Amino acid sequence: MTHLDYPSTALPDDGPHGSEERGPAISPLRPGMDPGKIAVSSQWTLIWQKFFSNKVAVAAGVVVLFFYFIGLFAEFLAPTSPSLAQPRFTYAPPQSLSFFVTDADGGWTWQPHVKGYTTTVDPASLRRAFAIDENSVIPVGFFVEGTPYRFWGLIEMKTHLFGPLDPSQPMNLLGTDSLGRDLLSRLIHGTRISMSIGLIGVVSSLVIGVVLGALSGYFGGWTDLVIQRIIEVISAMPTIPLWLGLAAAVPIVWSPITVYFVVTLIVSLLAWTGLAREVRGRFLALRGEDFVTAAILDGSGRARVIFRHILPLLTSHILAVVTLAIPTMIVAETALSFLGIGLKAPVVSWGVLLQDAQNIRTVATAPWLLIWPAGAVVITVLAFNFLGDGMRDAADPYET
Amino acid sequence: MPMTTQTPSATALAKPTRAQHDDLVSAAASAPVLSVRGLSIDFHLRTHVLHAVRDVSFDLFSGQTLCLVGESGSGKSVTARALLRLIDPQAKVSGGSITLQGPDGELRLDTLAPNGREIRAVRGGRIGLIFQEPMSSLSPVHTIGSQIVEALLLHRKMTKAEAKAETVKLLRQVEIANPEQMADRYTFEFSGGMRQRAMIAMALACKPDILIADEPTTALDVTTQAEIMDLIARLQRETGMAMLMITHDLGLVAEVADSVAVMRWGRVVEQGPVDAIFHAPHHPYTRKLLSATLRLDTAAKRTAPATTGQPLLSVRGLCKGFGTTNWRGQQTFAIKAVDDVSLDLWPGENLGIVGESGSGKTTLGRMLLRIIEPSNGSILWQGNGQAAEVTKMQRPELAQYRSAVRLVFQDPFASLNPRMTVKQVIADPLIVAGALKGAALEARVGDLLELVGLERSAMERYPHAFSGGQRQRIGIARALALDPRVIIADEATSALDVSIRAQVLDLLLDLQKRLDLSFVFIAHDISVVRYFCDRVVVMHKGRIVETGPAEQICTRPAEPYTQSLISAVPNPDPRNRRMLHRTRFGA
Repeated sequence: MTHLDYPSTALPDDGPHGSEERGPAISPLRPGMDPGKIAVSSQWTLIWQKFFSNKVAVAAGVVVLFFYFIGLFAEFLAPTSPSLAQPRFTYAPPQSLSFFVTDADGGWTWQPHVKGYTTTVDPASLRRAFAIDENSVIPVGFFVEGTPYRFWGLIEMKTHLFGPLDPSQPMNLLGTDSLGRDLLSRLIHGTRISMSIGLIGVVSSLVIGVVLGALSGYFGGWTDLVIQRIIEVISAMPTIPLWLGLAAAVPIVWSPITVYFVVTLIVSLLAWTGLAREVRGRFLALRGEDFVTAAILDGSGRARVIFRHILPLLTSHILAVVTLAIPTMIVAETALSFLGIGLKAPVVSWGVLLQDAQNIRTVATAPWLLIWPAGAVVITVLAFNFLGDGMRDAADPYET
Repeated sequence: MPMTTQTPSATALAKPTRAQHDDLVSAAASAPVLSVRGLSIDFHLRTHVLHAVRDVSFDLFSGQTLCLVGESGSGKSVTARALLRLIDPQAKVSGGSITLQGPDGELRLDTLAPNGREIRAVRGGRIGLIFQEPMSSLSPVHTIGSQIVEALLLHRKMTKAEAKAETVKLLRQVEIANPEQMADRYTFEFSGGMRQRAMIAMALACKPDILIADEPTTALDVTTQAEIMDLIARLQRETGMAMLMITHDLGLVAEVADSVAVMRWGRVVEQGPVDAIFHAPHHPYTRKLLSATLRLDTAAKRTAPATTGQPLLSVRGLCKGFGTTNWRGQQTFAIKAVDDVSLDLWPGENLGIVGESGSGKTTLGRMLLRIIEPSNGSILWQGNGQAAEVTKMQRPELAQYRSAVRLVFQDPFASLNPRMTVKQVIADPLIVAGALKGAALEARVGDLLELVGLERSAMERYPHAFSGGQRQRIGIARALALDPRVIIADEATSALDVSIRAQVLDLLLDLQKRLDLSFVFIAHDISVVRYFCDRVVVMHKGRIVETGPAEQICTRPAEPYTQSLISAVPNPDPRNRRMLHRTRFGA
């Protein structure tokens, strides 16, 4: 071993005159970015930044917003009324949209149109069969006058975003159902019901779930014990028979809208348990944190500690959970209506539309009755799930 | 000689050139086992690149200990982990070389694949590693023995029976009693110190040439720390391995190091033999670190107030038991966390409560505020002229008491709500008390921020924009918001770096002078208590062992327990090693 008594070596003094270092060395990834900015941005800014870096979630969010937009302006966006029956065109196949017509001398003219139908009657079965007539042109356009409606039940209007210039001519871009009603219009109106049932259902289960979960987690002991046993009992209930029973109990004289709210309530009364457990777990973890103790020592009462100090920390998580819960609601409504115990005609929802596709013969002759409503459900549920996943990942911006 | 011997007046960066280095190596008695040259590591983060390690060079020699010293964020742990290529995926080694000397020539560790066969042979085989957290670095579902056997089977050609016998031998070597039985025990049956011994046994299983110890004793009590450091020193003497120790504790460095490298913000600002670093430091940062390091014989310049009049707070026979109630509703206390504690706090006094983990000091502090309800005993509060029994207070009185006696927390990160701005945090007690509103409230928060040495503009920011020391200042401002009489500081400085710790302690002393405060200062670090407190209460296993003036407790302790505690405190002076009593050459 050598004698360790030589002097130490130091970097040159970076005293007041030199280039004194004031912190760790950082260089921005791209020129012009200021890492210091992150330090002063609020938690929500960080959450948004993280969310927007997830492209799939952003795309899903756009899809969800698009569906809500459709639901919001359903009457205007739908080419015709969802209940307008066209006896001449039952099970008519989808028409395709074209934009140019060829005139007599072979030139092309701009004219959006759909092709008309030719009807043949099968002499043996007396069933009508439709074929697209390439020669008949039904001109369509934007902002056309069509079937009258009350916008949001308030304003008398006739203008539709698009439709045939002559309202008496058929335009069924997605085909028609057994009564000759336009599937596209029904799908658009169904969007309103199906998307809002998810929202309303989730809001009511959110309130129950957050309040009971917060109480359970914060107080613990007997409160926790009781609430958790209630949750277990509710989770143990077989849902389909329960729905069947409750739906059967709904008086037949109630209006479709009342039934709609009751169904929503039934669905949400069973769906809050997951959220309550989530919130309880978070409260259990947070109530022991130093800042909660600090709030208690500051003199805050229980309600203030729960709602002012702890709950704001959970909002992003709750939002994510809610986003993931909405598709469950939508699927539940669809399933209930499909089974005939949820919403019933004349209310139009995706589940009600799928009722038409219950037997194999319909599916074979008019597959569009299955494809489009089912497609809408699948796309919505996927979009909500991607969105919810993205939000959950973004909810905690400090995790890497 | 292992280090370059540049004169302090040299202006060039103190990095040895290749030629210089070769000269030095040939001149040295032995070649380094491991040499690091110009190591740089970048972290590619979401928005920026952090140059965590910049141009770091050092050598490790057989039988010698190099200490990497630095405050948090200095890059010392990353450097050590880079030697074993155990760095995070977003970190990239952007330059430099790591050369390991072996029986079959040199091995460039920096060029090996991060999870390849060669580096795995080095990990645990040539270089052993001890982590800071003995609680989380051992598997909870395997026995201690089987974890060591696994290391042996991976690196040494042994049968299972041989490995088992070797395991027992290793456990005996690290001074674990009854190694045959203990090998079959699980991690949770080991105490913190024993787990760290088991970790050392595992690290030594393959007779490594180099031992990397990353803050090996930070999570342990001083007496356990002294035992572990004794053990490591003995093993190093016996096996002649080189050691790289990473620590922030200059006291520990002085006790064990042969040479020292001081790191700040990713760079080695000064390196040299331990004696030169402590007695002839060149770099201002080294000097700053040394002056911020507290010794058992340094005390703040203040005169202890009289302890004759009426005490502010009198605690008599306070007990807290944890246990169950039996079927007849009688309480049976399996553990007495605090057992019959009596103490007094006089106005203007700083009372220190010292003890190792599990001594009940934190429980005692929390009982003073009734965050934990005492099982027995009385707390008499005489802040308002007349005596009030705290244990019997109802809600409005308790709220009043709690506004006069405030708590400052240990963890500056957990004690501030991340979703509230600094203004909301500090104003919260004022809003709840209904004292102030609007502009007056904002002015008060601004005053409080200035009082604790922060800018007024800080109030719109969120806690995550502040460093640990600044956050602790925010916590102090919150405690001061209601004009308290007493502040209970529960390990308020133990999560802070040395230089920040000194600043916060001086801030507290300054506030005491200006605001006429009394402190109950709970700490495990005796040097801090010596610096800050007038009187000290030493706790052990829930009981008070000794009470007395700080100076007397630290220099002439009466009780054997206090004596052992004080003697285990590392002394930040390599010429006067207290902890290990090693003989030194030179100087």
